[in-house]
Amino acid sequence: MFHKLTLAPALAAILVLGAPALPAMAQSGPLRIEITDGVIEPMSIAIPAFHGDAELAARVRQVVADNLTGTGLFREIPAEAHTARPASFADAVSYEEWRAVNAQALVTAEVTRVGEDISVRFRLFDVFSGQPQGDGMQFDARAADWRRAAHKIADQIYARLTGERPYFDSRVAFVQETGPKNARIKRIGVMDYDGANIRWMTDSASLVLAPKFSPDGRQILFTSYDSGFPQIRLLDVASVTSRPLTQDAGAMAFAPAFSPDGRRIAYSREQGGNSDIWLMDVATGGQRPLTNAPSIETSPSFSPDGSRIVFESDRSGTPQLYIMGLDGGEPQRISFGDGRYGTPVWSPRGDMIAFTKRIGDRFHIGVMRTDGSGEKMLTESFLDEGPTWAPNGRVVMFTRVTPGGTGEPRLHSVDITGRNMRPLQLEFAASDPSWGPLLP
Amino acid sequence: MTHAATKPALIACLLALAACAQPAPPAPPVIDPYAQTGAGAVFQGNLPGGVIGVEGSAQFFRAQVGDTVLFPADQTALTPEARAVLTRQAAWLNRHGNFTAIIQGHAEETGTREYNLALGARRASAVQEYLVAQGVAPGRIRTLSFGKERPAEVCSDESCYARNRRAVTVVSDGGAGL
Repeated sequence: MFHKLTLAPALAAILVLGAPALPAMAQSGPLRIEITDGVIEPMSIAIPAFHGDAELAARVRQVVADNLTGTGLFREIPAEAHTARPASFADAVSYEEWRAVNAQALVTAEVTRVGEDISVRFRLFDVFSGQPQGDGMQFDARAADWRRAAHKIADQIYARLTGERPYFDSRVAFVQETGPKNARIKRIGVMDYDGANIRWMTDSASLVLAPKFSPDGRQILFTSYDSGFPQIRLLDVASVTSRPLTQDAGAMAFAPAFSPDGRRIAYSREQGGNSDIWLMDVATGGQRPLTNAPSIETSPSFSPDGSRIVFESDRSGTPQLYIMGLDGGEPQRISFGDGRYGTPVWSPRGDMIAFTKRIGDRFHIGVMRTDGSGEKMLTESFLDEGPTWAPNGRVVMFTRVTPGGTGEPRLHSVDITGRNMRPLQLEFAASDPSWGPLLP
Repeated sequence: MTHAATKPALIACLLALAACAQPAPPAPPVIDPYAQTGAGAVFQGNLPGGVIGVEGSAQFFRAQVGDTVLFPADQTALTPEARAVLTRQAAWLNRHGNFTAIIQGHAEETGTREYNLALGARRASAVQEYLVAQGVAPGRIRTLSFGKERPAEVCSDESCYARNRRAVTVVSDGGAGL
């Protein structure tokens, strides 16, 4: 089968192009790399030069390869080792030759361009069983969206070979940091998950902090000092315009988070020195407190079903993590290890919470189950903070700050197994990542 | 003594900023602390103790009254030293009723951004409460927190952290914006 997918703005259509005879899957099941906590031998994958428009094909191929190898789960067989040289996308696959170079999986593709429209077609093969793995697919897009088409292909391959939901065709909101440490200039940007395609969402005129993508990726909550005092603003990504959500002169507002349906926000509201968690209806501005304690309550994050909020509170004397329902009731503490916990973020799968933890003078990004069990540290450094989940709940991105007067923040990501720690390739300092949804 | 002679001259300069904005012919290679600051000339020299200004000025408040109080790690309660500074601040504010104050709370970098915002707010509020208790009208004071966003010192050890855990009282004439 061959599927066709059009990357129109916020619209994806699938058309079945035809139904060629598809061999039955091998009896051992599809080619699959299981992601476990143990040591993983990356799956070897051959991604020979894509056919069609040579220049664009090379760029698309490189993004697909980078997406896959960037997970640490795949090892690309270098082109120099290839012996098969298919002349066209339609050529029969020479499985013997790919087996000879130990390719477990093979990707073939063709990129065609007509004016400002491109089509990218690809197929994935299980080399050792000698058959296609899944249907071929075609993605139609505007030429300017060629990277999205590449991400879509890589997502298909990743999903078919890992059995996990994909995440490459997604964006990350972040804060760029320039200037000296005591007078930092910050502005919010949006980029592809891999650091490309940066678009600026705010200017540098006022201090901005901690952007948070809406569940549909069309809006961003952030904290701005443009009034002189921290208040929360709501930004429309397409039009790059924002409006204040809070403007109570007597109360600082910060640490906003969207509910899963995007209709409400939870945030920290500070009055008279005391911060509590409040819930606001975005459309009406109506709001009510969810906590009422003399301690610090901040960093709320909704459960995927929207019924609960995990947050940070120092009511016990040190900052710890708590979960509460939206209908009141006593918050339940879930963190009990040594150290200070902060910035809890509920996994999109619902099963885990990522957090920042300080033990002694070291910082960690960690994960735990929602009942506080299974706590595991993924990172350690002078200062790591602020994890955000990939849409599939397998990877977290966070801020790592280097010490000293010239220290600066950089974005890093790590698999929740603790493997594959890597800095994002950005040419500037950046902090406060917020990973948006998988795009349609 | 030349020292005694130059200081009043500089103060006189400050009081007549425009006059000082245009430096004399550049004959000897002296460093002009007012160079290139244009009409809004600001002293950029490095005199110990800084500019004093007149008693009822923001400069005087900063340099002579003391605009900053420090906090121990993770603490938001006022130390005896902080209370002494704040007692002077309150007295000055009570003498100069035309001034309003914004209290900025700050935290050191070893904490999460959001917790530090809340921590800085607590510190600013502690200062506000003390000033109000000393007779300053609550309506003359606003607070905000910068968390760890605006450190006074940039190194990553206790010598800097101790100076970054602070609340700074910024006074301005005329009550603009409160």
